[in-house]
Amino acid sequence: MAEIALTSAPQRARHGSSMGQPLTRRDGPLKVTGRATFAADNVADGTLHAALCVARIARGRVTHLDVAAAEAHPGVVAVMTPDNAPALAQHPDDKPHGFIFRLDLLQDSAVRYANQPIAVVIAETLEAATEGARLLSPRYEAETPRIGLDAEPPFTPPGIGVGQPPEETHGDVEAGLAAASRRIAATYETPAQYHNAMEPHAAVASWDGDRLTLHTPSQGMSMAQGRLAGLFGIAPENIRIESPFLGGGFGSKGLISGPQILACMAARLVGRPVKLVLARAQMYGPVGHRAETRQSFRLGADDAGKLTALEHETLTASSRFDDFFEPAGGVSHTLYASPAIAVRHQAVRVDTGTPLFMRAPGEASGSVALESAIDEMALACGMDPLEFRLANYAEVEPISGKPFSSKALRECYTRGAEHFGWSARPRAPRQTRDANGLLVGWGMGTATFPALMFEAQAKAELRADGTGLIETGAHDMGQGAWTALGQIAADGLGIGLDRLTFRMGSSDLPNAGIAGGSAHTATAGGAIHAAGQAVIAQLADLATNDSASPLYGAGNAGFVARDGRLFRRDDESRSEAYSDILARAGRASLTATGKASTDPAAAKTYAMHAHGAVFAEVKVDPDLGQIRVTRLVGAFAAGRIVNPRLVTSQYYGGMIWGMSFALHEHAAMDARTGRFLNDNLGEYHVPVNADTPAMEAILVHEDDAHVNALGIKGVGEIGITGSAGAIANAVWHATGIRVREIPITLDKLLG
Amino acid sequence: MIPLRLTVNGTVREVLLEDPRVTLLDLLRERLHLTGSKKGCDRGQCGACTVLVDGRRINACLALAVSLDGASVTTIEGLADGDALHPVQAAFITHDGFQCGFCTPGQIMSAVGLITEGQAGTDPERIREGMSGNLCRCGAYAGISEAVLAAQGAGDGAAIREDAA
Repeated sequence: MAEIALTSAPQRARHGSSMGQPLTRRDGPLKVTGRATFAADNVADGTLHAALCVARIARGRVTHLDVAAAEAHPGVVAVMTPDNAPALAQHPDDKPHGFIFRLDLLQDSAVRYANQPIAVVIAETLEAATEGARLLSPRYEAETPRIGLDAEPPFTPPGIGVGQPPEETHGDVEAGLAAASRRIAATYETPAQYHNAMEPHAAVASWDGDRLTLHTPSQGMSMAQGRLAGLFGIAPENIRIESPFLGGGFGSKGLISGPQILACMAARLVGRPVKLVLARAQMYGPVGHRAETRQSFRLGADDAGKLTALEHETLTASSRFDDFFEPAGGVSHTLYASPAIAVRHQAVRVDTGTPLFMRAPGEASGSVALESAIDEMALACGMDPLEFRLANYAEVEPISGKPFSSKALRECYTRGAEHFGWSARPRAPRQTRDANGLLVGWGMGTATFPALMFEAQAKAELRADGTGLIETGAHDMGQGAWTALGQIAADGLGIGLDRLTFRMGSSDLPNAGIAGGSAHTATAGGAIHAAGQAVIAQLADLATNDSASPLYGAGNAGFVARDGRLFRRDDESRSEAYSDILARAGRASLTATGKASTDPAAAKTYAMHAHGAVFAEVKVDPDLGQIRVTRLVGAFAAGRIVNPRLVTSQYYGGMIWGMSFALHEHAAMDARTGRFLNDNLGEYHVPVNADTPAMEAILVHEDDAHVNALGIKGVGEIGITGSAGAIANAVWHATGIRVREIPITLDKLLG
Repeated sequence: MIPLRLTVNGTVREVLLEDPRVTLLDLLRERLHLTGSKKGCDRGQCGACTVLVDGRRINACLALAVSLDGASVTTIEGLADGDALHPVQAAFITHDGFQCGFCTPGQIMSAVGLITEGQAGTDPERIREGMSGNLCRCGAYAGISEAVLAAQGAGDGAAIREDAA
């Protein structure tokens, strides 16, 4: 079990409050020396290697596998196919509840998408397993796949995202449009995107009777445990998942995927530990993606530039066999005031893997389209894009009418614009060139992401030697949970980080919920805080009932816990060290648990979102159409900032994802075969270091008394929103060409 | 059986390979249990497996181990001097040049190679170009470039090492 203890004190630690300090990562020394153990780094002797054989068709069935050829290859131990795969207690297509996704676990010969696993070869070496998988030479009965948003007539799904309604309206859009003095209608398309975490999904599985140990990256160990328990018909407590470090997740490791479970089945089949690591191309299909969208807008505004109507219709695609519908319209619920708003989603079914959450699901795709449409409306009104956004500032959440729990968006606009120098922007496009003759354009976008909470638990212990322990099954996929949650833990116990042992990343620890929805710090942090408070309350009880304590009888005064001492809140000259309180009481330690989840009363009363404003500069070669982002300034308000160093990095990462969304990412598929044309990191473009612009992230102060006990919103996803639209708008401003098909590539500027 | 003699992080390793298909990366990870070098794509597109061979940075996933008989290999595990981090390692912590940490060993080895090659100097643009064979999906590029720049200027790196300790 991973823990980070006394030996890794971060730099710039100081006594008193840990929260708010820009500490370096506590897992940094492990990560820069290669000692951080990712799942595939588990190399115990006797572990066999497994390799997947995946479908080269998108629809049909497998008619033949040359199992004999694979088995004859030296080193091959077993070939797992539908003929001999271990029986499961539950069919992987069963959906006892909506938040379970259908998996392909060798139950039959059907092929539902390209790159679907159709067999697993297990061998003594990786080389033998890989070659064995190739030797299977599958033959198929192929059917013509249906691919793309025009594959079939659209339908209205029963729910989008995690069960939100597909249609939400308020006011009369047709009347609003009729009353408008300016109108625009525009349609934008966003492509399928693949998470492409640097770490491929990996699983090292071993069985001891009916007990399973699984080293695998997970953004939600408890849910994975539940899924495995159902499939294998064993108790969840007989499953131990170790996931101390994830090499990126971005949503693709939120729910355990088919290949990770195939590793468990393979280990059961051969009765030995098995390691299975996906090849990069095998991550295009069975581990989720961001679905393509076509988003159509109709906007109207009056003479003062105030919106009279906003209609946002999304067409998206789910797989033929399961339901995940990209909730792209959500942004239009949140951002701009309008007396009439209509948000609708429709979908088609295509022969691909099932889409899933990908960093800023819904908001990312919706934001690039909405922010482009808002810019087009501003232009139609003859207004500056920032002026137009301020004219339509939502003082309450537009559709629900709820007040915001906090919203420092005006300050984000102001400070972002100042740092960027926005006021010098010429209104008309194609006005500016740099010294090299490149066209220069400036654009902006509003950022937003909901402040969510899931459910989490934590355990706290204070010891007589003045040290403390916090345990919670939290996940660090790069956001910095080891550090930020450690800071919350230290403050919760009122001790310095150097006195804290912090354990996370194992399913044997209390359930910390999901690392997703930008909610993990708030949720797991909330549980840690509650556990700390509970143990401090026990300590205070001991002291106030002990006549030898300087705190005796002070029960009504309240206490401050800091630096390993309890202080009277009303008189800090009266205090006592934890160790003295515990020693006199003859207690070696005190323990308590805590939990956190959404406060239903707050959720009913308030709209809770983080906000921001992103400003972008691009340069475009007028002859070649080559686009470079040269500057990005983002100002974000997301409640309490636990660690500004790590939060800045989250914003930078999000803004780079926004750039990637606007200019780079596009999973290309051959519509005739349903196979990928670029399922690799050379041709599926993600930004490299040289693509990175000069960046600035401004952390706008925001207090929120309602969102949760610690006042924390989330920072992991919001950076994408706003950024992609800002860049799209900057490309228009540089060139005068409005590209409505994302990503914006040079061919679309030259055509 | 193919006998191989490699110097890995200063230690001579004699290996008997039964299989000529083994890449340097898989040799390091699966047979020598040096798992710091990472496999992100297995075809030279991501840089997570970058190591130094005879001082030059290469993608270990693209090199067959049998082609490297007699070579000297430095991996991320061989960079620190005991508990004292190499200046580039220390600078990555100080400048938050990583998030998930999966690409980090490759980034750091690439940075060490780049600095040794003397190609980039203190020109940030050339550092960004020189580090562009190493993908970082988390988008920690700003910190990576700052770290390389800082380590480049650090001489023996003592100042940075002290800062991150």
